[in-house]
Amino acid sequence: MGKTIGFLEYKRVDEGIKKVEHRLKNYNEFTVPLEEKKLKEQGARCMDCGIPFCHSGCPLGNFIPDFNDKVYKGRWKEAAQILHATNNFPEFTGRLCPAPCEEACVLGINEDPVTIENIEKNIVEIAFKEGWIHANPPEKRTTKKVAVIGSGPAGLAAAQQLNRAGHKVTVFERDAKVGGLLRYGIPDFKLEKNIIDRRLAILEAEGIQFKTNAHVGKNVSIETIKAGFDAILLSGGASQRRGIPIKGNHLKGVHQAMDFLKMSNQYVDGLLKMDSILSAKDKNVIVIGGGDTGSDCIGTSNRQGAKLVTNFEILSKPSQGRPANQPWPYWPMRLKTTSSHKEGVARHFSISTKEFLGDKNGNLKGLKTIEVEWIFKEGERPQLKEIPNTEKQWDCDLALLALGFVGAEKTLAEQFGLELDYRTNIKATTKDYTTNVAGVFTAGDMRRGQSLIVWAISEGRQAAHHIDTYLMGRSNLPLKDNNDLPRV
Amino acid sequence: MLTRQGMYLPEFEHDNCGAGFICSLKGVKSNNIIHKALQILEKLEHRGAVNADGKTGDGAGILIDIPHDFFVKNCEFNLPKEQAYAVSNVFLPKRENQRKFCIEIFEKHITEQGLDVIGWRDVPVDESVLGKIAALTQPFIKQIFIGKSNTILDDFQFNLKLFIARKKTEHEINSSKISEMAFFYLPSLSTKIIIYKGLLIPEDIKLFYKDLTDPLFVTRLALVHQRFSTNTFPTWDLAQPFRYMCHNGEINTLRGNVSRTLSRQELMKSDWFGDEIKSIFPIILPGKSDSAQMDMLVELLLMTGRSLPEVMMILVPEAWEKNPYMPEAKKAFYEYNSCIMEPWDGPASIPFTDGNYIGAVLDRNGLRPSRYSVTKDGFVIMSSETGVIEIDPKNVASHGRLEPGKMFLVDMNQGRIINDKEIKDEIVSRHPYKKWLEKSLVHLADIPPKKGPIEHQEDPLEKRQIVFGYTQEDLGIIIQPMSQLGKEPIGSMGNDSPIAILSEKPQLIYNYFKQLFAQVTNPPLDGIREELITDISLTLGSDTNIFKINEDQCKKLKIQNPVISKHDLDKIKNYTQNPDFVVTTIAMLYEVDKGLNELERTLIDLVKQASKAIDQGGNIIILSDRGVSKKMAPIPALLACSFVNHELYKIGKRARASLIIESAEPREVHHFALLFGFGASAVNPYIVNEIVSKQVKEQEILGFDYLEAINNYNKAVGLGILKVMNKIGISTLNSYRGSQLFECIGLNTKIVNQYFPNTVTRIQGIGLREIEREICKRHTSAYNTDTIDGSLHLDFGGQYKWRRSGEKHAFNPLTVAKLQESVRSNKHSTFKEYSDLVNGQSKKLMTIRGLFEFANFDPIPLEEVEPWTKIVKRFKTGAMSYGSISKEAHENLAIAMNRIGGKSNSGEGGEDQSRFYKDSNGDWKNSAIKQVASGRFGVTSNYLTNATEIQIKMAQGAKPGEGGQLPGSKVNPDIAKTRNSTPYVGLISPPPHHDIYSIEDLSQLIYDLKSANRNARINVKLVSEVGVGTVAAGVAKAKGDVILISGHDGGTGATPLTSMKHAGLPWELGLAEAQQTLVLNNLRNRVVLECDGQLKTGRDVAIACLLGAEEFGFATAPLVASGCVMMRVCHLNTCPVGIATQNPELRKKFKGKPEHVVNFMYFVAQELREIMAQLGFRTVDEMVGQVQKLNRNKTIDFYKSNGLDLSPVLHQVSVPEGTKVFNTEAQDHDLEKSLDFKIIRQAHPALFRKEKTVIASKITNRDRAFGAILSNEISKIYGAQGLPDNTLKINFTGSAGQSFGAFATKGLTLVINGNANDYLGKGLSGAKLVVKVPDSSTLIPDKNVIIGNVALYGATSGEVYINGKAGERFCVRNSGGVAVVEGIGDHGCEYMTGGRAVILGEVGRNFGAGMSGGIAYVYNAYDTFNINCNKKGLNIEGVKLTDDISELKSLVENHYKATLSPLAKRILGNWKIHLPKFIKVLPEEYKQALLRLANENLVE
Repeated sequence: MGKTIGFLEYKRVDEGIKKVEHRLKNYNEFTVPLEEKKLKEQGARCMDCGIPFCHSGCPLGNFIPDFNDKVYKGRWKEAAQILHATNNFPEFTGRLCPAPCEEACVLGINEDPVTIENIEKNIVEIAFKEGWIHANPPEKRTTKKVAVIGSGPAGLAAAQQLNRAGHKVTVFERDAKVGGLLRYGIPDFKLEKNIIDRRLAILEAEGIQFKTNAHVGKNVSIETIKAGFDAILLSGGASQRRGIPIKGNHLKGVHQAMDFLKMSNQYVDGLLKMDSILSAKDKNVIVIGGGDTGSDCIGTSNRQGAKLVTNFEILSKPSQGRPANQPWPYWPMRLKTTSSHKEGVARHFSISTKEFLGDKNGNLKGLKTIEVEWIFKEGERPQLKEIPNTEKQWDCDLALLALGFVGAEKTLAEQFGLELDYRTNIKATTKDYTTNVAGVFTAGDMRRGQSLIVWAISEGRQAAHHIDTYLMGRSNLPLKDNNDLPRV
Repeated sequence: MLTRQGMYLPEFEHDNCGAGFICSLKGVKSNNIIHKALQILEKLEHRGAVNADGKTGDGAGILIDIPHDFFVKNCEFNLPKEQAYAVSNVFLPKRENQRKFCIEIFEKHITEQGLDVIGWRDVPVDESVLGKIAALTQPFIKQIFIGKSNTILDDFQFNLKLFIARKKTEHEINSSKISEMAFFYLPSLSTKIIIYKGLLIPEDIKLFYKDLTDPLFVTRLALVHQRFSTNTFPTWDLAQPFRYMCHNGEINTLRGNVSRTLSRQELMKSDWFGDEIKSIFPIILPGKSDSAQMDMLVELLLMTGRSLPEVMMILVPEAWEKNPYMPEAKKAFYEYNSCIMEPWDGPASIPFTDGNYIGAVLDRNGLRPSRYSVTKDGFVIMSSETGVIEIDPKNVASHGRLEPGKMFLVDMNQGRIINDKEIKDEIVSRHPYKKWLEKSLVHLADIPPKKGPIEHQEDPLEKRQIVFGYTQEDLGIIIQPMSQLGKEPIGSMGNDSPIAILSEKPQLIYNYFKQLFAQVTNPPLDGIREELITDISLTLGSDTNIFKINEDQCKKLKIQNPVISKHDLDKIKNYTQNPDFVVTTIAMLYEVDKGLNELERTLIDLVKQASKAIDQGGNIIILSDRGVSKKMAPIPALLACSFVNHELYKIGKRARASLIIESAEPREVHHFALLFGFGASAVNPYIVNEIVSKQVKEQEILGFDYLEAINNYNKAVGLGILKVMNKIGISTLNSYRGSQLFECIGLNTKIVNQYFPNTVTRIQGIGLREIEREICKRHTSAYNTDTIDGSLHLDFGGQYKWRRSGEKHAFNPLTVAKLQESVRSNKHSTFKEYSDLVNGQSKKLMTIRGLFEFANFDPIPLEEVEPWTKIVKRFKTGAMSYGSISKEAHENLAIAMNRIGGKSNSGEGGEDQSRFYKDSNGDWKNSAIKQVASGRFGVTSNYLTNATEIQIKMAQGAKPGEGGQLPGSKVNPDIAKTRNSTPYVGLISPPPHHDIYSIEDLSQLIYDLKSANRNARINVKLVSEVGVGTVAAGVAKAKGDVILISGHDGGTGATPLTSMKHAGLPWELGLAEAQQTLVLNNLRNRVVLECDGQLKTGRDVAIACLLGAEEFGFATAPLVASGCVMMRVCHLNTCPVGIATQNPELRKKFKGKPEHVVNFMYFVAQELREIMAQLGFRTVDEMVGQVQKLNRNKTIDFYKSNGLDLSPVLHQVSVPEGTKVFNTEAQDHDLEKSLDFKIIRQAHPALFRKEKTVIASKITNRDRAFGAILSNEISKIYGAQGLPDNTLKINFTGSAGQSFGAFATKGLTLVINGNANDYLGKGLSGAKLVVKVPDSSTLIPDKNVIIGNVALYGATSGEVYINGKAGERFCVRNSGGVAVVEGIGDHGCEYMTGGRAVILGEVGRNFGAGMSGGIAYVYNAYDTFNINCNKKGLNIEGVKLTDDISELKSLVENHYKATLSPLAKRILGNWKIHLPKFIKVLPEEYKQALLRLANENLVE
């Protein structure tokens, strides 16, 4: 299998991206796919390892060497089959996943790893183009009905799996469109929304019902759900945003990143007008939080025409390379420079925001920071220490808080009477994804806290298996083993 | 005899022997012949063994003419005239009443046959000479004299009646249940010969049997034999010779031979016997040795009217199948008889006699030495070695040797030697065999095919694949490559998955069987390089009455490769033209809903149907699992095949029909091997045919149409089966079929006894219930499960490469990651995580040790346990050669182990001398253990001198019984240098050591190596399998210092996947068996027991120690510590972390450090210490073998493993108090008597002052390995450089013992005036050896066999001049020696990789097989070269280049100077005329390598 010396013959080649000045002109995806010959060569770099660590590093357990081999041989259809055997939505992960598989790639020990994620994306795109991906409604239906609450990747994956098992699945989404964070959190330049729609059309054709503007616990009562369904999956995400409890956080111009991004996405979708959204145009934008959401805010701000974009991260600047205490094949914390970063931002690390400054009208005008350092002691949580005399004041019209999430919203938990874990997620284990209430399951960020799309899909798939078992006494839905590489 | 207990099974005892005969051609009877014959045995004493009591031999005996005059004088009754009566010694019970009982029965049967009991005579014996063990089992010995009565019987009829009387007596007494019935035994019963034998050492035979020294006790001939048993529980009746023969070697195919002989009984009819014939059954008595059982068949065949030489030709045929030059009549004879009898295969040299003829036959492989001498005064002496009887050179008429497949015969009545051709020509012309074959034997290939689709009308392939448990790996890793390449796929890095019984994945029943393989007691074979001795054809149809010699015998259907396609099977099914073949198809299906009972019922029904078919004249039965459906599930083909096979035996119908298996199940070589091994005669894997056809259609297989691709697959399976057979030393499928050379692991006794009788299963396991459950599981998932869209159709498998949800592997992402992290960060806590993972996962059914838990705690403080620094001295790293792994990785391990005082292992690849010296920083790259494997790469005197331990690799865990190959591309100049070979020339490690075909050979090699370095321990590496305990006992008796028991799972390097998965056992079983057997034999104290095979943690080590190991080897784990990530591509040279690669770019990626390995060893030792503290052991010595500290872990509950019974593994053998269970003393190697020391005492000026010295000395065959000690002394002082040429010259007269000049180094010139035995110049390291006929001899040198087999094995440099002919395998694996010889036997220059061989005479068959380097010049005066050369890969040309001519000429000149060879003189005298008769043999690979080197300017 594979080309035995492919990794010696070919270097890693990533797909191209359009130049900054071109991509800032609109919100479209800006990647330039590799030609097929090059893609095959990239597939040929896979060494078909005796232990494919990538396969373990992938939370979905994608059969990476197996589809790489098919790509190398140009057998795209089979590659797509293999890929879909573990992943309901490779078009999402192929674009958005931070690719822990590539960090675990054996070639990555001393070379650039295989471009697994890009191969994944190309497999699924070719499969769509060739029409290989189409609705496959189940041949037999059971009499069981399942409600999936929340239409993010976890909910959608679970819905598709449960539908495949023959159950009648209804997905409830409180927003106007299906997709959850995929639709409202991720900017189009990373995931054009027609990609979601393309998949949704298939899910619908397979018989899944979608109810939008249906906020369970608000405009759809818990009782209706309980009465109408044999099992319920809660996959509403970890949408409780983290705030910043400092002086001035009420000022106009201090906004949650998610609000900013959602409006921008709605604008791009044509649902909102430019003037009705929160815009960064001509503003001094400071994005607080150095993660992926922060990065998305930067990219969006630049597209909206911000005057200056600055980014703060309270943690110290990670190293470029793999830190010694996070060796291969584990997921390392290292400096990540996204395409958005490259579009224009000043990044500051080890910096803590102390206060928002406003004018008398309550408009944000600036903010105050102090530099910090982290004290590490064996066996203790790292301590944050402010460095005296490093206070600094910044001009700022728009502060975007991209500080992460602190768990699930309370509504569902309260109304269903669900136990929470210590991080305020809904309590359920990966053993069976069931909550303390019989017939009520939870998966994705709602269960595990904020995480990656790939984990959401994975949890959705696992939960579907357990729901199926709950309903039928046994399940043929695939179940992943517990051979995930741990985090260190 | 010891009974079975624990892991020990008595049936796995082996023996090998010394044998010989002497006779007077002139028919002169004398008592002296007896003395001389016994002298032969005494001179072969080193080939025998003595037991723990120091006195009891393993058995010896002598067969002679009946000394008529002696009996006339010594009997109190009157005897008829010579040969008109029969006489025999009779072994009788000790108790008088039982003795009387036996005598009465015997006399009754004699009288019934109309014969007379003339009288009984007490045999005078001296019991005082017996050893303790022998005395216990000593029978009462009387002699019986039987007359013909008054009827006129000819000799044949008289013998027939004697035979019937004896057989009936044996059967009656054996079924009488008297307590001492085992004592009753007749060594012989003949009118011509009599046998005296017993549990004696040779020199005591004549003391015990007082008759033998009486001057009237005279004979013309004497056949003698002594045993070397691996074990120590011999019995009197198994001493040899037997009635017609004795045997040196081993019959591997015994099980099949015996059961097939028994099955043929049903068909036996004879006018001579009439109704009596049934009363002589069974022909072959159970529970006897292979030789004894063969003798019984010989006896029967003699009763069919065949002559003794003919019988020998039938039982031990020469390799006729692939010999295009064999005369047609002879070939027809063999082919005809192959329809009657399969070969009794295995290494065998069989001296035989019926009193009229005395002779010997050597099997097709020729693996046992047999030398003979004819004297001018009319004696013929034959024995395993030459020089056993001192003969004045002037009296020698000729010296010769028995050649493979050849017979040597003396007609005692005519008083002459009859040569092989004459005997055989006469025998093969007795009947029109060729005509019979042409008329009656049908070849499958000749039946015209009918074209048809590959598919049947059946359920979709996809569904059926699931029913039969196919995985993506089966399709992609097994079937596709085999169909594409026609070869079995290979893999690397061993097997770290659970055995079938511990696997949570449903397993096919095949996986519960492990292939047996040869180690020590018999050699594995090389079916690739020695293809001409192999054959996988089979014949189908009914056997017929063995008494008849007519054309009915060959009414059979012959298949060249019995792995057949669907089209072939259709041909058989539809072959109606010939009424000789009646085909019946029986469905192997059962109604799955009805469950276990239905399965059982259907199996019984299968037998009924088969039986009925046979009754109706059916002679080909097809068992077919076609027609699987939602209702019907398949019965495992192996289960059905074996059951029908055995049940038909039981009801006496087996011989009348052949079984064909038409099944979707078999896909791997192992599956087919099992089906044939349990009785199938042909197999059609029809679903594989369909899969291949699909793969062709889908272009997964390219370049072939589907028929060709199927053919490729069938060919690959055929080759694979050949390899499986070869592994256990079998050459022909005809004798492998039904021989059941497998061990079960994980099946309970009930299912084995019922369906696989006579197969070993020792730790129990699942039964039919669980098997049915697994069938049902697969059937359900195919038929009763809705397929989920988006899921994959077939499971991946994960057997060969790790996959989530696939088969488990001990090394997986997490364990590898944790281990690497721990050794790099030196964090104990991380190692703890790793070891918890490994130990924890193994407790979840990964390994047998995982099922154990520690018990009987007796905690002591950790500080009281010996320090880790002491413990790690018992640690070793595995044998991995520089070549298989990179220089960096290899040296890394050596440095690490030297830092902590452990031992690293050179592997089979030599070692660069610069590593023998320490680096300036104190590090030392010298591998403490130097390995000696079958390729002998770089094994020189200096290499051995620099070892602390020398390891003889008998087998390798990953691929026991197989050789290896380092492709030329990997042999870069550095590697070539350390291996003393030529760069870019591929190197083959043969499957066997060509100097170890038996236990006495191993003993010899141990002696050789011990001589080469007296300070080094000799370590013998064995692989765990059933019987390894008895082998270990044999090794202890052969004086190995350390015995390593390797698990089946270890090993880097390339190996066929079949071997990786299906050969060998976990070390837990082998180690326990070895420990128990060694302790039982009181041999444990003499040896160190070592264990390896996927040892990963301190817990693993602790369990190994408790089971008996005191030293421990690690290979995979230290590699992982050094950066290995289990790529399993070692065979591809693409290791991405720079370990198993020679690619300079990849080697740069090696990031391992010695401290990583040190840390690993430290962590393991610490974990061990913690366990020791818990259990209460202060030292490892205290802990060895304390099995009471282990228990079966009760908490593991899994439906399959619940049936396991591990108590045999944890068995504590009962031995007298004080019996040591660990090593307490060193072996006595007995080197002080070595001739080397005598010479060294005289050679001081040469050794220390480099003064030229000449010494003269006598030498005998008991002076073995001369030169090894001497060379060791030279190497110690001068290193590899040795002494200046010709510094010390020694002139010997006499017959040199084995291994003359072994490892002899530079500066020595050793000359023999006389002759020499096997292994001359083994590992020659620069010395000059000369063997020439004595001056006083009248022999014509180039007609005289002057040296034995396997000369210059592994020679690296030096010169050898042989003034005469050599035996088989001259210059085998020579990589640098220069040799001139005047004629050689078969397989000359095999695997040669360098050096020069000049052969001035004839070469035997298969010359140059596997020769990849060096040049041979052959003087082809007899035009036989073309017939005999194996031309594959060789350039055969004239000697035309100036350089070649001058090289050749100077070599011939040297030869003349050294030996005064008349032949050399003739050739040189007329050089111009003779030169064109020379042929130059130049391997293509060597030629290319030389060109490449020339390009690289590396050649001067």
